[in-house]
Amino acid sequence: MSEPVLSLHNVQVQFGGGRVHAVDTVSLDVHAGEVLALVGESGCGKTTLIRSIIGLEPLAAGTITVDGEKVTGNARGLRALRRKVQMIFQDPSGALNPRHSIYESVAEGLRIHKVKGHEPQLVGDALAEAGLRPPERFFRRFPHEVSGGQRQRVLIAGAMALRPRLLLADEPVASLDASIRGEILALMRSYVDRDGVSIVAVTHDLGLAWNIADRVAVMYLGRIVEIGPAEEVLRAPQHPYTQALLSVVPEIEGMEQQILTGETPDPSRVPSGCRFHPRCPLVANGEAERRGIIDKCRGVDLELEPEVGEHRVACHAVHVTRT
Amino acid sequence: MSGTVESGDEVKPVVASPAAIRWERRRASMGDAWGRLRSDRLAMISLFVLLGFAVMAIITPYVSDRADISAVNTADNPTWASPSSEFWLGTDHLGRSVALQVMWGARVSLFVGLAATLLTIVIGSVIGIVAGFFGGWTDSVLMRITDWFLVIPFLPTAIVLAAVLERSLWTIVFVIGITSWPSTARLVRSQVLSVRSRLYVDRARALGAGRVHVINRHIFPNVLPLVMASTTLAVPISILTETTLSFLGLGDPTQVSWGAILNEAREKGAIDRGAWWYYMPPGMAIVMVVLAFTLVGRATETVLDPRLRER
Repeated sequence: MSEPVLSLHNVQVQFGGGRVHAVDTVSLDVHAGEVLALVGESGCGKTTLIRSIIGLEPLAAGTITVDGEKVTGNARGLRALRRKVQMIFQDPSGALNPRHSIYESVAEGLRIHKVKGHEPQLVGDALAEAGLRPPERFFRRFPHEVSGGQRQRVLIAGAMALRPRLLLADEPVASLDASIRGEILALMRSYVDRDGVSIVAVTHDLGLAWNIADRVAVMYLGRIVEIGPAEEVLRAPQHPYTQALLSVVPEIEGMEQQILTGETPDPSRVPSGCRFHPRCPLVANGEAERRGIIDKCRGVDLELEPEVGEHRVACHAVHVTRT
Repeated sequence: MSGTVESGDEVKPVVASPAAIRWERRRASMGDAWGRLRSDRLAMISLFVLLGFAVMAIITPYVSDRADISAVNTADNPTWASPSSEFWLGTDHLGRSVALQVMWGARVSLFVGLAATLLTIVIGSVIGIVAGFFGGWTDSVLMRITDWFLVIPFLPTAIVLAAVLERSLWTIVFVIGITSWPSTARLVRSQVLSVRSRLYVDRARALGAGRVHVINRHIFPNVLPLVMASTTLAVPISILTETTLSFLGLGDPTQVSWGAILNEAREKGAIDRGAWWYYMPPGMAIVMVVLAFTLVGRATETVLDPRLRER
């Protein structure tokens, strides 16, 4: 396959002077024109992970490579990075400066990067591509004068005006009405199909992952526990955590509901062994013991299994079956 | 509000220049703020009063001669004369016109008030923005310095400084500025901290903005209303402080300020003599200016700070 647009290698992000491991050793590749959905519960580190990709959170360890170039944390490196990588946010109302007109907000990135061209033309094109037509009607408006969906389109226009290779989306539709979620997702997908942009979308909504993602990565307590093509991960989940997540999605039938018990994960106290074992149904129902892997579950920390094709899992039970 | 922005929108050429759009937007928001201020009657009366004093301070040198209130030129005037058609506000113990003194005093009092406020606001804003924006180590050091200045008792410091330094108006300005910036710094810092954590600052950074851009485009414009309100509220305090220092005899002996007139009136026994025309006019002037500035300041604060008005 071609060189990945984004490549993470053993990325770690810590808070509180190293007490909290928000992102703990994540490696990941994203290719051109690919949509990767990052799913998981609140607090699993998925938002922190994409914020660290664009340099909003400093890395404690690991490397990030964008377009074959290693990202450096200095001002010039970050600026160059932010030309190639852009981000949109969960709350478009908060992400737009209420004092700036929509024109100003979209032009902001163009001005920062001194993009060549006739500015009103570039802004107009960006707005039109994001579905705000005719764009001139929106130039003078302020964020509070347009709808939530339109605000998210403004954010997308502002980000895509820079023609990035990669768009990071933090819960892009979570704050929107259900009726317009589909439109925004279709809009995001259109940039992928037309320009070959890659997208990493963070979501706790598996339905969204199902709708737009080519691949899905499931995160638990700062680590990816399962990754693979969307079809496979969502139809045939292997990790008990993914299975539990999917079993409670009402649209997916034919799965027995598993409500996870045990304490909610706390990234400042990561359990020993497999970090999911205190809540794992296989451990709880004695299945792990029957298979003779319980000591491993409790004592041996593990990452995604080494290359075994596209669909990879971090679970002792799965590893045992495969070997 | 949208009415003024939108009017004529349809007939304009499709692509206006960015500068034109920015200018139009600025004009609209200024007009908006002015409109809200105008509906505040007290603030408008206060503005009128302030305008009156400002005009008085400006035209005084053109309608009168500073020499007329020098004691060497007033030997022929009656002393302690009550108000008359010749001396509107009477004369003092040296036969000088009180009305003229108050008019000349307005220049000094307003100048010191505004200059000291400017100094206060500039120092306070710069320290507040730097401390709030950069945080961490910088913040700690700057805030400890601020605390240090905050706990120094004002009057003793001012007296010592005024006594040690040269007796001039600039000394008074310096003394007021150096002792009153800490509260502005704290105020600005807290606002910066709140703005800095907004999502649109994250977005600007994600767009590639450096610190200068974030401060110029996002932090400063959101702190400015607060600074402006704080400015209008700092002016009366500065004027009162100048009055205090002059009243205590720490002012510039060659200048006539309202505080200095009061000081002189007290020393020469104006109260015992019942010469109300000597101490009432400067006192009233101080009260009116201070009250007017405070009322305008409060109104400005309400108009410019969206949190103080309903949406």
